[in-house]
Amino acid sequence: MNIIVCVKQVPDTTEIKIDPVKGTLIRDGVPAIMNPDDKGGLELALRLKEQHGATVTVVSMGPPQADVMLREALAMGADRAILISDRKFAGADTLATSYTLAGCIKTLDYDLIIAGRQAIDGDTAQVAPEMAEHLGLPQVTYVVDADITPEGLIVKKENEDCVQTLAVDGKCVLTVLASAFKPRYMTVAGIIDAYNREVEVWSAEKIDVDENLLGLKGSPTKVFRSFPKALKAPGEVHELSDEEAVELIFNRLKEKHII
Amino acid sequence: MDFSYSKTEQLFLQMIRSFAENEMKPLAAEVDEKEMFPYETVKKMAKLGLMGIPVPKQYGGAGGTVQMYIMAVEELSRVCATTGVILSAHTSLCMSPIMEHGTEEQKMKYLPKLASGEWLGAFGLTEPNAGTDAAMQQTTAVDAGDKWILNGTKIFITNASAADVFVVMAMTDKSKGNKGISAFIVERGFKGFSIGKHELKMGIRGSATCELVFENCEVPKENLLGNLGEGFKVAMKTLDGGRIGIASQALGIAQGAMDETVKYTKERKQFGKSISQFQNTQFQMADLKTRVEAARLLVRSAAWKKDMGLPYSADAAMAKLYAAETAMAVTTKAVQFHGGYGYTREYPVERMMRDAKITEIYEGTSEVQRMVIAAKLFK
Repeated sequence: MNIIVCVKQVPDTTEIKIDPVKGTLIRDGVPAIMNPDDKGGLELALRLKEQHGATVTVVSMGPPQADVMLREALAMGADRAILISDRKFAGADTLATSYTLAGCIKTLDYDLIIAGRQAIDGDTAQVAPEMAEHLGLPQVTYVVDADITPEGLIVKKENEDCVQTLAVDGKCVLTVLASAFKPRYMTVAGIIDAYNREVEVWSAEKIDVDENLLGLKGSPTKVFRSFPKALKAPGEVHELSDEEAVELIFNRLKEKHII
Repeated sequence: MDFSYSKTEQLFLQMIRSFAENEMKPLAAEVDEKEMFPYETVKKMAKLGLMGIPVPKQYGGAGGTVQMYIMAVEELSRVCATTGVILSAHTSLCMSPIMEHGTEEQKMKYLPKLASGEWLGAFGLTEPNAGTDAAMQQTTAVDAGDKWILNGTKIFITNASAADVFVVMAMTDKSKGNKGISAFIVERGFKGFSIGKHELKMGIRGSATCELVFENCEVPKENLLGNLGEGFKVAMKTLDGGRIGIASQALGIAQGAMDETVKYTKERKQFGKSISQFQNTQFQMADLKTRVEAARLLVRSAAWKKDMGLPYSADAAMAKLYAAETAMAVTTKAVQFHGGYGYTREYPVERMMRDAKITEIYEGTSEVQRMVIAAKLFK
């Protein structure tokens, strides 16, 4: 079985600070990490590999610096790593990104595609579902468990109020939640090997795409304005008994017509 | 000259830091409080290949460098010095002498199981009457034809009650003094071998420090490690390497105490501002930070020499001397900066100060390190 895992390198948003004057993100010195949901996806792929045998290929679209993240994926146990990197991809929105990834994946032999639900820098949760559409594949999002059984791929999907169990027939795209798949650590031997192995770097020519649909040209999304979240008014502190506290909250909610 | 971490080392640091932070830090206080050997942590370390970092691949190790191994000891000790010394004793004191002095058969028999972490290693040199004067060995090994018969007691043995394999020194010919000492590989299950008293210690309380007792202990002939009468040499060489490990442990403790103190002094407010804003805090912390960085350079340079196959005996002694004294200075100040809270077990600096002290004592006291350095200087 061949499993493809899509991964993205993102700034570690827990370390990000906002420039108090300009109101923009300070990205300098912020470590770049493998997007947590994607890492969960890689963990799922590696578990399936251990249980059933599989070749796991990680694919990322990004700048050359994403190399280190792919080395990490190799050190965790991935078999092959492909970085699709080209200036022509610059400025891609989710549509162009998903189109580019699909164009790469089309050229590969695969049985299952796993991606993270969303990236912590953009939080769109659009890329993998759009990619499934480009590839004409069914998709299951918000996956918290998956296993290969004689009946086929059985997937658990988290909904707001329940967990749905689905059986998937044939090739598909899964998007997974980091919280469901605690990723393994890289092994020492994997780390030592990581830089002796190859991270394949593919340009636009190597993948199956129409160049007019790449990067900024292929991106209908227009950013109107970006701004930091406005600060809320500071809270109030009341020293009250339980009953008084309930009363106060109740009245406030009523004042605001929430209840 | 390149002082930076290689790409491989950076990836390794990323892994080991997150392992220490997520898997070990939450347990460190309990390991200390309950004198608990962290079996579960060691099992997890084994799974990642951390128990065999510098062991060549053909013997089941990860094929890494001494540099990577000491980085691991530092990062583990930064959150839990007990776990740091468990790795150090296992790697430097048990696997290293087998790698460096063992026959091919010994290496094939012991290294794969040690490097995979299936077996844990320990080392026995110190005796009640043979501390710094290690040549006063009273444990004897008598040639009984097809085997060696060992009698005696070793004390203060790190990992003892958790270990499976021990590199042990014993006197094979008393008349020859130092040159009458030989090294042996002893397995836990050998007849006549047992674990004695468990020591109650000031710090590194989870490291399973016990006596080893040999009562007509039968050791197979082929378990002599190195040549007959060369045990003292094996021990001294082993300790040279071990000192880089302990230096890293000390460095890790110092770094851990720095981390805690930076965090605390930024949060703690007195007289209307964070105590990190007082110049006394800043100047003292600047001095400590400088010492920690200097120690790190000494440690890395000693490890680099060992990796390059260059002589490193005095370098290891300098690294250990300086890093141990730095650990003691930093942790003592760290407790002071934490004030009353620092003296309680609510904050980890109290444990770190107790843990730091041993680094000035074991694998050669600071006085022994000065002897080694001076011997090289005036030779």
